Order: sequence, then C-alpha cells, then structure tokens
Amino acid sequence: MRRTKWEEYQKDIADDKYYYARSCIRQNFFPGSEKAFLDILRNDLGKDIFDDPLHTSCTGIGYHSDIVPFETIMTVVARQFALMHEAGYENFTSSCITSFGIYTEILNTWEEFPETEERTRENLFKATGRELVKPKSLAHTSDVIFHLRKEIAERMKRPLVNALTGEPLRVVEHIGCHYAKIFPKSGIGGSEFPYVLAGMIESWGGEVVDYPERRHCCGFGFRNYLVQANRGYSVANSQKKLESMAPYRPDFIVCNCPGCSMFLDKWQYTIAEMEGTTYGAHGHGIPVLTYEEMAGLVLGYDPWELGMQMHAVDVEPLLEKMGVEYDPSTKYLGPKGKYIGKPAAAAVNCSAGVTLYDIKK
Amino acid sequence: MASVNFGFGISKPRVIDIDRNNLRKSDEILLEMPELQTCIGCGSCTASCTAGNLTSFNFRKVHALVRRGEYAGAYEEMNKCMLCGKCRLLCPRGINTRGVVMLIKRKLGDF
Repeated sequence: MRRTKWEEYQKDIADDKYYYARSCIRQNFFPGSEKAFLDILRNDLGKDIFDDPLHTSCTGIGYHSDIVPFETIMTVVARQFALMHEAGYENFTSSCITSFGIYTEILNTWEEFPETEERTRENLFKATGRELVKPKSLAHTSDVIFHLRKEIAERMKRPLVNALTGEPLRVVEHIGCHYAKIFPKSGIGGSEFPYVLAGMIESWGGEVVDYPERRHCCGFGFRNYLVQANRGYSVANSQKKLESMAPYRPDFIVCNCPGCSMFLDKWQYTIAEMEGTTYGAHGHGIPVLTYEEMAGLVLGYDPWELGMQMHAVDVEPLLEKMGVEYDPSTKYLGPKGKYIGKPAAAAVNCSAGVTLYDIKK
Repeated sequence: MASVNFGFGISKPRVIDIDRNNLRKSDEILLEMPELQTCIGCGSCTASCTAGNLTSFNFRKVHALVRRGEYAGAYEEMNKCMLCGKCRLLCPRGINTRGVVMLIKRKLGDF
C-alpha cells in the first residue's frame, strides 16, 4: 500500500469558531488536557472556541453498556446541537472519541432515516422546547489540532527531538477505535491509515513508530472493564500492544482517545504490579501523553500545568529527553500552590518517586 | 516480587503464536513425510473416521495443531486411532494418514 493512501480520506475541518463539547472522563483522568486545548486555541492561535457550561454528557458510556437506549441518546445529542445553535456556532468539536463516534453515528442515522430525525426533533421539542439544528461540520478535537498543526509548528518552542542526541523522538501513536473504525470516512486517513496523530508527530519533528499491533484496540471497550471479572481481557489487549511496541523502543505513546490514554497508562501500572513487567527503558514504563499534552509541550507549556503529574507512568524521563525545564518540587502542587497529594511508589516507576519528589509540608 | 491482587488476572490469548512455538518436532515430521504439505484441510479423514464416530477424536484438528507446534495432548489423542485406514482411502491428496498417526506418536511420545 502506498504510504500516502491516507490522503484519499479527508474531511472538512473548520478554521475557526468552534463549539466545544467536553468529555466525561477526561476531566478526572487528564484534567489538564482540555484546559490546554482551550488555552492553545484561544491564547496561542487566537481562535474562537466556546466552552459551554450547559452541555451534558453524550451518555455514550451508558449507550455502549446497553443502559441508555438509542432514542434517548439521539435526543441528548440533539440537545447539544440545539445549544450550539443557540450559542451562535455551527462547527461542533468534541473532546472525546466515544462522543465523536456517537455524533457521527447519529448524524449518519438521521441522514439515512429522515423519519428518525423528525422523531428526535419532536422528542427534543417536547422535552426541552429547543429546536434541533444540525452542525455544519463535526470534528474531533484531535482533527482540529491536526488541522492547525502547521500553525503550531510555526510557534514551536520544543520540537519532538531528543535534546541530547539531536535525533527525532520515537513516538507510538494510538487512535481510538471509535474515531474511524465505525465510519472510516469520518476520520483523517480512514480506519486503516489514520494520519491524524502521525501528522502531528511528523510536523513537530518526531518519528512515528510502526509496529505489528499498531491498530489493535487498547482493550477499553466499556463492557470489558465495567465488570471487574472481565478486566483481565481488557488488560490483555493493552499487554498485547505493549509487548508488540516495546522492541521498537518508543520514547512515548500518544493517544487521541480518553479511554486509550487512560488504559495504556494505567494498565502499565497494573501489569507492573501484577507481573513485574515494564516496557520502557531502564525498567520504567512508557509515558503516555494525550495529543493536547504533546502540543502543549511543543508550545513550551509547563508540564505540571498540563496535568502531567496525573499519569500513572512518570513522564520525567521524557521531559529530560526533550530538554524540558521543570521544577520537581511543584509536581504535586495544584494551581494555587495547594498540595494535591502524591501517589504511592509504583513498580512501573521503579519506586524512583519515593524520595526525589517528596514535598516537605 | 509480591503481586497485587486486583480481583482479576490478565487473560492469556488463545491464539497460536507460531513465532513462539517450538517447531522442531513439526519440522521433523514434515521432513519424514513431505507430502503433508499438500494437505488442504478438507476434513475427509475426520468425516470418515471410525474412532471419531465414537469418541471426540479429530484427526484433522490434531494434525493442524501439531504442524503449528501445539503438541500438548497430541500423543494421547492419536492413541484413540484404531488404524482402520478408511481416511487413507478418502484423502484427495493421497496422504498416508495412517502413517501420519504412527509418525506423530513416534515423534511426540515424550510430550
């Protein structure tokens, strides 16, 4: 297959004026990423993006767990679109891959079955008195960053280059399954050649690692982890990927899905505690970043402002490789200097954090 | 290292990983009976099997597993064969299936 095959799968991404829909779980696990996205777009690139406090969860987790029926989720989504119209925006962008999959699925359903759209329109009006107006464009936030990658590259302060050797950092990119595996045409590069993260990495000086299980699912899959007894299957998927990528010695993993970034990070902790296996250099885990964190580092943001202290796998080895100046003593201090607590020492970090980052109260 | 009990384990994959399996015995078998390479896996052997009619013995399955380096239980399975030779009459590739049974038993007696 040609390497440029992805170019056949393109979609329109708006240049400005975005309506932002947050993710349910990212604010818990990677709380700095969504703020970083807003900061990058507003402060660095001067774009207009509206962070609406009125919008709700898309209920995707309930939908994929067979708790929320399709009729209900369509009405919830219709309300989000109505809110966007009321705010005066028409370019919808969602922070979550699951939500993006849901929005894509529902927009396609309405296109195929106009009577379903009419029924949803009626349900929405009955329930909230709002009117459904479909968005002009729908994009995931990683699409937006991909679209603006060259503008970010122009403002780049730290390229994805090993500061010691001058060689490009080796980056594993992992695309969430719901990004393009449901509707290949809705993702940049389709489902087989997703270029959305690879494009960012290449534009910012890094090198994309191609490995056998590159397109394998991380194992998130809702039902695979919601029931504790099933989690063995979930962790086995992440392990399969990690075992496959480890020989290529990646410097870090970057994901565009909330579930993937969480699981590839936290399952490394679990595997290390269960079996004592780690996959990175010197017995450490492989740091897992969100694309906003990667963009933030490239633009010169402070890693603790980006929320990188919330990762199960410590990111310090990567920061040192990139030549990022950071203050270890402020790692566990919140935005106002308040101590946010420190995780227990973990095998995945070789217990290195025991003394180095202890903060004297 | 004391492992932490999270209330679940890591599921082992059920796929056959040929890169990790020891194919030495499989190669030895193939060396003695190169005609095994012509097997198309049609299953005529299993369909006509007298032992398979009475027990769970499945010649095609055991042969495929052995060729992929999955030797566990193969010897015991092959012991179920009563060497009637009906499979040999049916094999569209003319493979000496009875000979295969004996060869696998000889090679995998240790497993």
